[in-house]
Amino acid sequence: MDFRLGSDAETLREDVRAFLDEVLPDDVAERIYRSGVSHDAAFVQALIEQGWFAGAWPTEVGGGGLDPTAVMVIAEELSKRDAPTNGSGVSLMVAKTLLKFGTDAMRRDIVPSVLRGETVCVLGFSEPEAGSDVANAKTRAVRDGDEWVINGSKMFTTNAQIGDYVYLLTRTDPDVPKHKGLTTFLVPLDHPGVEVQAVYTLSGERTNITYYHEVRIPDSARIGEVNDGWRVLTASLMDEQAASFAAWIVRLLDEAEQWAEETGRIDEPGVRERLGRVAAEAEVALLLRRRCTWMDDNGVARNVEGPMSKLYSSEAITRAAQDLFDLMGPDGARSYLDPSSPRGGTLDYLLRFSLGTTIYAGTSEVQRSIIAQRGLGLPR
Amino acid sequence: MDLRLTDEQDQLVDAFAALYAKHATGDRLREVEPLGFDPVLWDLLRDQGVLEMAVDPAHGGWGASPLDLVLIAEQHGRRVAPAPLIEAQVAARLLARLGGDWLEPVLSGERLVTLALHPAEDGRARGVPAGAVADDALVWTGDQLLLMPLEGIRSPFENIGSLPLADVAMVDGEVLADGPEAEAAVEAALDDWLLLTAAALVGIGARSLEVGVEYVKERVAFDVPIGSFQAISHRLADSAAALDGARLLTYEAAWAAEDEPDRARELTALAFAMAGETARDASYRSLHFHGGYGFMLEYDIQLYWRRARAWSNVWAEPAAGYRRAADARYGRR
Repeated sequence: MDFRLGSDAETLREDVRAFLDEVLPDDVAERIYRSGVSHDAAFVQALIEQGWFAGAWPTEVGGGGLDPTAVMVIAEELSKRDAPTNGSGVSLMVAKTLLKFGTDAMRRDIVPSVLRGETVCVLGFSEPEAGSDVANAKTRAVRDGDEWVINGSKMFTTNAQIGDYVYLLTRTDPDVPKHKGLTTFLVPLDHPGVEVQAVYTLSGERTNITYYHEVRIPDSARIGEVNDGWRVLTASLMDEQAASFAAWIVRLLDEAEQWAEETGRIDEPGVRERLGRVAAEAEVALLLRRRCTWMDDNGVARNVEGPMSKLYSSEAITRAAQDLFDLMGPDGARSYLDPSSPRGGTLDYLLRFSLGTTIYAGTSEVQRSIIAQRGLGLPR
Repeated sequence: MDLRLTDEQDQLVDAFAALYAKHATGDRLREVEPLGFDPVLWDLLRDQGVLEMAVDPAHGGWGASPLDLVLIAEQHGRRVAPAPLIEAQVAARLLARLGGDWLEPVLSGERLVTLALHPAEDGRARGVPAGAVADDALVWTGDQLLLMPLEGIRSPFENIGSLPLADVAMVDGEVLADGPEAEAAVEAALDDWLLLTAAALVGIGARSLEVGVEYVKERVAFDVPIGSFQAISHRLADSAAALDGARLLTYEAAWAAEDEPDRARELTALAFAMAGETARDASYRSLHFHGGYGFMLEYDIQLYWRRARAWSNVWAEPAAGYRRAADARYGRR
């Protein structure tokens, strides 16, 4: 066994850090945070210049051709700085789906535009009445000749206010079992009948609810076959790199350690025990994520390693953020970016941030069910 | 990064898994309670060369890697085996570090030597692991490392984990070493013990989880297998993820012992803490999901539940590992 990532990966890590020092100085990071939008066109262009934007994609289709370890190292460093990558991450996931299931026109026009950083796509899966049970989507698409008419609403369509297209899950046949009557579309967000309404969240990130009222789109906006939307959607989600919040736990620990050094409390055994526990959780979260990367790198099929990484790291950051917030007492309660806040109020921010991690990209309950059924072989 | 075991390591795991499955059965465990020592199993383990493996070739051993020893300890834990494997290996490694002739009777099987995990205080070494069955104990007094023949000075005591523990009343033993170098060797021995115990605790946790999973698949209540209830399956899923994490951390600590010595002490202590808490939780959940049967001595899960608690606490509560790791990380103050 060898737990080193290798000298190439560590060199790359230094390069990414230097890059972030340059393009994401504190004032830019603060501006982006205050905007509530985890997407920044200038930052995306800088990433593209480095070949780190679509790093995982093969070079033949315009990607960086990086191996899974390099992609992970870049992701770890971007996460530690809260780099604005949500918009690009989702856009690339949609573009990958278009490569597999889209029309020739989508592959020819939209995919390259995403890779140039010119087109932003957003997800339209969840609904006000369908979250974890995403197959229960009620947004209707009804065929009318060569067109479809869409009515409904989508929840958490983050970046819809700046985006170009929404990757929309709709119900096209209400009379068959719920997984069998779904179809996916790529709908322009400036289309008549699409309305974007802001929703503000605890982490400071703005998301949206989007409404679709008599949205009439051509059949050429369809992704995949009619009523085959569940397969398209699950393929989109399967391709994802394992989700992990390990890098945020590392940042959390780093901030708390510096606070403990500055206040002298690091000498207390009780404080050391609490920091030590977070150090263990950070290490385990990193290892669970790196195991997925190692498997991807070596062509080993993953089973529940991805869900374990997501579950463990999100639960750990939620626990650790609360504990370190408590440790800091009144110091922790001061707001992020307030000039009076020790460590820039990062604990306040990370505590609020942590709440979302066990919810989005598959709640902890969904991950546990996957691990129980697919990993432990327990009955449904 | 490479998470694969070598072919030799796979064979090692298979060989010890088979040995333990055959000889460390639930029935056998009960037969040797409360002392918790099976001389037949211990002879078999020594025949396999567990002591030679732990010692480097310069001192007459085979020089197995820390990871090799961790893999064996994990199998040891999976069957909560009643033999002083870890203490004997760690003591042998400590004797090898010191040099001298003391190792010879250990490797020949003439003397079973263990070690006290805490410095003697007020003329007593308390709770010495394997102290009830070993011939000698290595005891650190704070400035000297003594080799104490245990005959006549030990007081074995019963304990929750059915471990062969004993308090030792100090007499004049042979001084093997003293001063800062001896202290460093004793600290290194504690690292060894924490690492191998972490692996054993991962084994206890993993087997506890398997026993629990098997039970909840079979047991029917309200007309369905109880493993279909999320109140049960989700807790077991948490344990599964935590166990994979604790195992990876333990393997990483074993790797670091040779390849990243600057982090080895910290990672080892973290692994001990994480493995201890994880084994504790997994055995609790598994026992609890057995319902009343889990509370009965007839079911094996109680053997695991008791040892998951005792094996770590022979040194200290698992969380003490976090404090030790922090001392390595931030320096002692």
